[in-house]
Amino acid sequence: MGKLLIRNGHVIDPASGLDKIADVFIKDGRIAAVGERLEGPGAERFDATGKIVAPGFIDMHVHLREPGFEHAETIETGCRAAAAGGFTSVCCMPNTQPVNDCATVTNYIVDRARLTAAVNVFPIGAITKGSAGEALSAIGAMKEAGAVAISDDGQPVMNARVMRRAMEFAKAFDLPVINHCEDLNLSAGGDMHEGFESVRLGLRGIPSVAEDVMVARDLLLAQITGARYHVAHISTRRAIQMVAYAKAQGLPVTCEATPHHFSLADEDVEPYDSNYKMKPPLRSRRDVAELVEGIASGIVDCIATDHAPHPGSEKMQEFERCPFGIIGLETAVALAIDQLVQTGKITLRRMIEMFTVNPARILRLDRGTLAPGAPGDVTILDTTTRWTYDVNRSHSKSRNSPFHGRSFTGGPVATIVNGVVVWRRDQG
Amino acid sequence: MPKGLLGIEELERSEIEQILDRARDFQPPPNQPFKRLDTLRGKMVVNLFFEASTRTRTSFEIAAKRLGADAITITASGSSVSKGESLVDTLATLGAMRPDAIVMRHSASGAPHFLARHLPVPIINAGDGTHEHPTQALLDARTVLDHRPSLEGLRIAIIGDIAHSRVARSNIHLLSKFGVDLVLCGPPSLLPRELGEIAPNVSLTYDIREAIRDADVIMMLRVQLERQHEAAYPAGEYFQFYGLRLEHLGLAKPDAIVMHPGPINRGREIASEVADSQSSVILNQVGNGVAVRMAVLERILKD
Repeated sequence: MGKLLIRNGHVIDPASGLDKIADVFIKDGRIAAVGERLEGPGAERFDATGKIVAPGFIDMHVHLREPGFEHAETIETGCRAAAAGGFTSVCCMPNTQPVNDCATVTNYIVDRARLTAAVNVFPIGAITKGSAGEALSAIGAMKEAGAVAISDDGQPVMNARVMRRAMEFAKAFDLPVINHCEDLNLSAGGDMHEGFESVRLGLRGIPSVAEDVMVARDLLLAQITGARYHVAHISTRRAIQMVAYAKAQGLPVTCEATPHHFSLADEDVEPYDSNYKMKPPLRSRRDVAELVEGIASGIVDCIATDHAPHPGSEKMQEFERCPFGIIGLETAVALAIDQLVQTGKITLRRMIEMFTVNPARILRLDRGTLAPGAPGDVTILDTTTRWTYDVNRSHSKSRNSPFHGRSFTGGPVATIVNGVVVWRRDQG
Repeated sequence: MPKGLLGIEELERSEIEQILDRARDFQPPPNQPFKRLDTLRGKMVVNLFFEASTRTRTSFEIAAKRLGADAITITASGSSVSKGESLVDTLATLGAMRPDAIVMRHSASGAPHFLARHLPVPIINAGDGTHEHPTQALLDARTVLDHRPSLEGLRIAIIGDIAHSRVARSNIHLLSKFGVDLVLCGPPSLLPRELGEIAPNVSLTYDIREAIRDADVIMMLRVQLERQHEAAYPAGEYFQFYGLRLEHLGLAKPDAIVMHPGPINRGREIASEVADSQSSVILNQVGNGVAVRMAVLERILKD
């Protein structure tokens, strides 16, 4: 394998406390050294002058749609979008066809990723067979095949007893249990956040309490089981308050926020435009403010996209018939810089922590750091270049984004996986 | 976006006044046959009804014909929609035949708004899901004005399943633009408190007597069983607590009028004796439907 010398960048590695102008030398796919004026004989050179050099970003919540929904996305296209968004690792949710609920499917995903993916792919296994919420899936075998967590994302486990058993069993394998918190009886039929806007537009609401009651249930179950528990795409202020309380009690509880939930509120929804339809729905302005505060205070551990591709044929319909979800890999980092860093809510270092060491710790990945010996995954950013997102040039197979046409200052400029440059902004 | 009529919310008061004034010209004198006009001769109006409708569909058709336009009506069950064609494709197909306007009824809120973004044809909303039904509010206002000199300062009660009513939303937007003192009434599960903020001068009550007290106009809404996805109130208790009965009328102003967008469910939200009483103007509403829709079509289609 080759050598790569990333020269003269502003290196920020929260995991090792590094924050200075330095060179990063990668050899044989691993970080060999970080320091000033490194020689790197025979190495390919990457001039990072004026840029930020960070550990490779990790998105712990994406949908790659393969196997089963290759018309929407494949592991290959989703990972190209990830690379173009500055991500070196993604974790794919199990709601494929078939559902990733056994080692055979996990192995398939790992093999397909090895053959086609530009970035590292870590599968997340289903909690229950077929994500049907009843019998537990082959959790141990999936872990051995490479699964890094379990979740029935999109089909939350409604039966509290099943959830309890899943948490107990996952402990034996040190797997975090990730839940998409939505009481399906309370949310049934809803299309957007229940509030003034849903009433005005005549759309059925998804109340905040649908999320809150399941977060409350799960935190209580996490307490009695001692399981590592992670709330996916947290969106309501009461859920954030409950996670804060659980953390204060010392429970091993974590949560993630999506860029769309910290950037947009229900009143920003372009009426009846399905690019604004997702679960959880865009919440009220107050919830958004509380989410940003939670990110600033550390209650929210990481930023994850919930990248959810759907082809135009599914999104070009009556609002109530459209599927939920938007793509997000290519806009996540720019939105975080724009909404969190440039507004002064968090530092760039804190943002990098949320994209690197925090998800790595939750998932027990040997990544998210530039410490010598770590895999040579690097994300290079800049915070000054003006650019405009054109969804029609997305690397994803799908086009469902509410951020088309939005202008940003700063974002990823290059993505390096295991010492290989897999994407550069100046080369598309 | 071509000029159409998607809702009342975005209309100016002056625009509404123009439509209501013009509609008066189209009210037929009593006992005289209506003379067909040729204002819209050569224009083609397509009525596209994805949801069952009797009065709205018929009155749009009559309105178009009385103005000399050609009108054709397509219903979902007799069209390619029943063969699985998507809404966009259906509308694009019709759009390619170059109609001058499409009148559309659909069970999904926002369906006409979605299409208006993608098609160059003016779209007239004839009722979208639980969102708006603009021509119903216009004909309701025309009917009130046939009985009162102006809307300003009137007390109007809207009673029933407000949450699922497009008629209520359009009426709330329209009446509040004219300074009406509006009171909305229904069981709490069908009366989201956010409705109180949707427009100025709107108050909410769960007590039908309080709603009716001193009202100039009582607008009853149909119990929309097809839009309620679960029991929002105990079975059998609706009429007892929210049905309009003769004894309630004494609480209203002496010459108060009772309205209903139809179709009425006798004995469910309105007692038969009330529907047939002197106070009821339900059939005037239907008559005004044609006049108001003529005014709307003329406004949108006249060169």
